[in-house]
Amino acid sequence: MSLLLTAMTLVLCIAMIVAAFVAILGKSLPIAILAAGLVSLVASVLFVILASPDVAMTEAAIGSGLSTFLFFFVLGRVRGGERDGEDEPGSEHG
Amino acid sequence: MMIHLAMATGFLLILIGFYGALSNRNLLRMIVAFTIADSGVNLVIVAIGYMPGRTAPILDATVKAGDAAARVIDPVPQALVLTAIVIGVGVTALMLAYAYKLYEKKRSLDIAKFTELRG
Amino acid sequence: MVKRLLALLLLAAIGGIFTTLVLGYMPDAELNNTARYYADHTAADIGSANLVTAIVITYRGLDTLGEVTVLFLAAAILGLVLARGRRQVQARRELTPVGELLTTGSRVLVPLIMLLGVYVFVNGHLTPGGGFQGGAVIASGVLLLLLTDPLRQFAHTLIAAVESLAGVFYVAIGLMGLFLAGGFLDNRFLPIGTLGALFSAGAIPIIYTLIGLKVGAEFSVMLSDLSDTEAL
Repeated sequence: MSLLLTAMTLVLCIAMIVAAFVAILGKSLPIAILAAGLVSLVASVLFVILASPDVAMTEAAIGSGLSTFLFFFVLGRVRGGERDGEDEPGSEHG
Repeated sequence: MMIHLAMATGFLLILIGFYGALSNRNLLRMIVAFTIADSGVNLVIVAIGYMPGRTAPILDATVKAGDAAARVIDPVPQALVLTAIVIGVGVTALMLAYAYKLYEKKRSLDIAKFTELRG
Repeated sequence: MVKRLLALLLLAAIGGIFTTLVLGYMPDAELNNTARYYADHTAADIGSANLVTAIVITYRGLDTLGEVTVLFLAAAILGLVLARGRRQVQARRELTPVGELLTTGSRVLVPLIMLLGVYVFVNGHLTPGGGFQGGAVIASGVLLLLLTDPLRQFAHTLIAAVESLAGVFYVAIGLMGLFLAGGFLDNRFLPIGTLGALFSAGAIPIIYTLIGLKVGAEFSVMLSDLSDTEAL
């Protein structure tokens, strides 16, 4: 039982880190926002394993549900700014 | 073992979030990075409250009120994280609103274009 | 390039601190004194089966009042900041009609989502969940309505009234605790009842219901403010 839980924790942790890297380094902003939502969602599963159902519910409803939608509302309004700072010639980025 | 794993992941998420906030120039992407760091902090605090072999702090038929102190994990960090998540989304909403207003001014989300406060 | 190097250096320093923290961490075998007090006394003192709820609503009730206030401030500032972006909504947007699936689906789902939200916050003292989670669930029902019809004008006065009345009653219940029981936000001016019953734990179900309504209204206002903005 404990071994199974540890293995699950390991898988979830790796998934979170991969999703976080996608959110930070990925090229497309919508995918970055979705990846950040995924980090929150996986975190809420991890909270259940860590015996904190209250926190898990909050994170799933608020952290991963509502805040992702807040991002998409704003993203829909500023669609032109999506690529700013990413493909500018001579910038020190990337 | 599980605690250390979760805690290390939380710290790593904080670092990834900081790195994203420092290295990106797109405002929205910086806010995304901050929410990731936020999740990391929450994960660390919950991991500190966890104790191996104990259950969630809810009294029921299996966890009687009498032996609760020997059976449940620490409820205080969970209460703190509950607060932190709710405040976190409020802060995120504010940052998004300001990002929208800045975009309205400059038609750009690149922070390098906002030079008014530069010395 | 120098900037990038500095950032990495800073991160390496923080990472070093974090590594020592993780490697040196030993989980406690016993609850610390505060947690032990809560675990031992909650059932008799507060009557709430969920210890987290007991801490959030009663032991640290003042913090929660502050938290709700911060959330209210965030929603208010959001409305203030975005106020100028909200002009004649009808005139500008030609929207593609949303699909039949979303319209019919939301008609079926929204009442169920609202019901789930109410269930979550009414049972906050017995099961995982509570006012904040239930409020977020209710706000997601509002979100579904917004997605179905982005031009929908919500009854802003109704939402504002729910929000402020819930806040006023929350403080009023806190004051009743001060006068009729042990202190501000004390839940024991109502009978504690039996552990695990729906009507137990004194005023906790009432307080959590008020918090749920308030948080739901605040998140709904935030969502509809952000969705009312003009596409740039």
